[in-house]
This record gives sequence, structure tokens and C-alpha cells, in this order.
Amino acid sequence: MSESSFTEADLQGYVDGRLPERRRAEVEAYLAAHAEEAARLASYRAQADRLRELYAPILDEAVPQRLALTALPRRSRIVRVAAALAWIAVGAAAGWQLHHVFASRTTATAETPIARTAAIAHVTYSPEVRHPVEVGADQESHLVAWLSKRLGAKVRAPNLESVGYGLVGGRLLPGESGPVAQFMYQCKQGTRVTLYLRTELPDHEETAFRYSDEGNVRVFYWVDRTFGYAVSSADIAKDALLKVANTAYAQLNP
Amino acid sequence: MKDSTQVVELIPRLRRYARALVGERAAADDLVQDTLERALNKFHLWKRGTDLRAWLFTVMHNVHVNQVRGRREFLALDPEALELPVRAAHETSLEARDVERALLRLPVEQREVLLLVVLEDLSYEQAAAALGIPIGTVMSRLSRGREKLRALMEGLPGSGRLHVIK
Repeated sequence: MSESSFTEADLQGYVDGRLPERRRAEVEAYLAAHAEEAARLASYRAQADRLRELYAPILDEAVPQRLALTALPRRSRIVRVAAALAWIAVGAAAGWQLHHVFASRTTATAETPIARTAAIAHVTYSPEVRHPVEVGADQESHLVAWLSKRLGAKVRAPNLESVGYGLVGGRLLPGESGPVAQFMYQCKQGTRVTLYLRTELPDHEETAFRYSDEGNVRVFYWVDRTFGYAVSSADIAKDALLKVANTAYAQLNP
Repeated sequence: MKDSTQVVELIPRLRRYARALVGERAAADDLVQDTLERALNKFHLWKRGTDLRAWLFTVMHNVHVNQVRGRREFLALDPEALELPVRAAHETSLEARDVERALLRLPVEQREVLLLVVLEDLSYEQAAAALGIPIGTVMSRLSRGREKLRALMEGLPGSGRLHVIK
């Protein structure tokens, strides 16, 4: 490259496809007459392709929960309680069973609140294009049997077609005290809602239907005898999500 | 609040970069975790409207410099002893694995620039800002890194004891 009128930075810019059109054409003309330089730059491009190929699969890996937990800050407790109370009031007005509303709300366990772990699972998997679920809805009975076996209790995937959400499938996730399950639903517009469920500790207290803001994820959740459930979305309004959660609740807690 | 959710969405990108930079999975995820902790503590330093991803790479660079490179001298004693990552049997070509081996033998300064530009598609300006170096240094490290990687791959002089596996 002794007589080159190009700087090395130009040639690097050529490799990265970052030269203006005219400059790029000039470099190409130069390379046509300098085979050795052309080979050198071609090998850099091949290198780049291999690097991208090598590391691409990492983008599709499930994010370890410890990382997702680190990244999602806690909402202030006051805001959370206020939001929950507001939505309990709305729920009551909408005809929620009152004994659930007035059930004890003190759950002093060391576990991360279900609304938070559900929100984390939601933001981790709902944007997934290629692998949103482990087992698809086309194998629903297999999926439900598999998750029931892994959670050690009978799991059901509610049917949310009446509110416009079809089952995409489900996946198993690590939880703090055993595996947890996530069902993913999607509407025609592509908006996703997830139902997260985990088995609760033997001495847990049942809780009423509640609402929580977790970052920009909206979560309705409740705990029955066996499971804690949480219905999450980052993309639909509270009242629309309430309808979905209401439908799931009615089927899961008849 | 919305911004921190954006951070969550960028975790796969941070993991990919960290894995390429550090090589070993658990160490890479540790680096990501330290980066996330620091980023959330320093979130007020992020200028709204600027590229959050580039800022996170800045944070990761600083964390890496402070924490990981403290062990560098030890590693430099015997690069051959560096445990190279064993990849699960998925569709990675043998050539790509050679790249990984060679990549981990580049000086870390060159590796960082190469990965930010090639893998993460940062502009030269963004890479310079993320690493806190002049753009001219980015260009020279990029050039030297590529040439060294080529030499390592092709077994040219200067490639040390690396055996290229065909």
C-alpha cells in the first residue's frame, strides 16, 4: 500500500462499510489494482462475519434471573400499596369476591414478591421473537402435564380467547424456592400478556386480587391455596389487563 | 422507570459483549451483573436522549478495568493456561471457534475496540467515548487488532504458539 492515497483509517472504514459512497468507490478502484491489500481487507470482513456468527446465539439465551433482578429497581413500598389499594377498590366495584378483598394482606415471607418476579419474567421473555416459549400451544396438553410435573401440582392454562388472547405456549423458569411456570398469550395485534405461577410455601397466606406497578410492567396477582398467580403486561392499559386477569382468575379460582 | 426497563431489555446485548470480551460464561455474567449494579447506582449520570447502550458499555468498560484487569498480570504469565470456553454443541463452525480462541489472545485494548465496532456496531465516535480514548486510538487499535487476529488465525509470524485447528 506504498502509493496508497488512503489512510489506514479509510481502509478500516471501508471494511466496516462506513465510508461515504464516493470514497467507497475510490477504495474499490484502488483495491482492484492491489490484490494483496484487497485480500487483507477481505479477510478482515470474513473475520467480522465469523465474530458475529459466533456470538449471535447468546442473544437468544435466557437471561439469568440474577441479572434481571439486579436491573429492575424496587418501587417504593408506599406507591405499591397505594396502587394495590386503588385497584382492590376498583376490583370490588367490578364485583370481585369480597372475602378475597378483605383477606389478610400480611405476607411476611423472605421471598421476592410475586408481582416483581413475574414482571421480571415478563420483560425477559415477552420481547422474544424467536424463542418466546419452550413448548408451544400446539402441544398444550403436553405442556400442561410437563409443567404440572415440574411444579409438583396440577397446573392449568386458562383459556383467554374470550378477551382476545390466544395461548402461545409456556416455559419453566428457576424460582427462589423451586421451579415456576410462565404461560404466554398474544392478541391479534401481537401484544403479549404473561401468566406467571409459582407454588407457595406450605405456611403461606392466601391473598386477595391485587395490583402492582413494577417499572412499566402492570401486574395483577393473587395467591390461592396452592399457587401464586400474576398476570403481567407492559403494553396494555390497566383496565384492559384487568379484563384479562379477571378472566384468568374466574377460571383458576372458580 | 421506563429507562430501567430499557436496561433490562439490553441485558442480552451486554451478555454477548461480555462473553466475547471475557470468554468464560460465569465470569462474563459476573461482569454484566457488576455493570448493572453500577449503572443503576449511577443512573443519574446517563444523559437522557443519548444512546443508553453506548453508555452501558462505558460503565462495563470501567468496571472491567477496575475489577478484572487487576488479575491481568497473573493471566499474562501463561496465556496457554487460559481456560478457553467449551461451547455447547450447537451450530458453530470450526472456523468461528478458531476466531474465539484467537480473539481471547488479543491484547484486551484491541479486543474491546474490535468487539464494540464489529459485534456491537458502535460508531467509531461511540467506541472512543465508551473507552475514553481519542478516535485516532480507536482506529489504530482496530487496525492492529484485526491484523493480529488475522495473523493468529493464519498462523503467520507473530501468532505465537497458537495452533490453528482446521
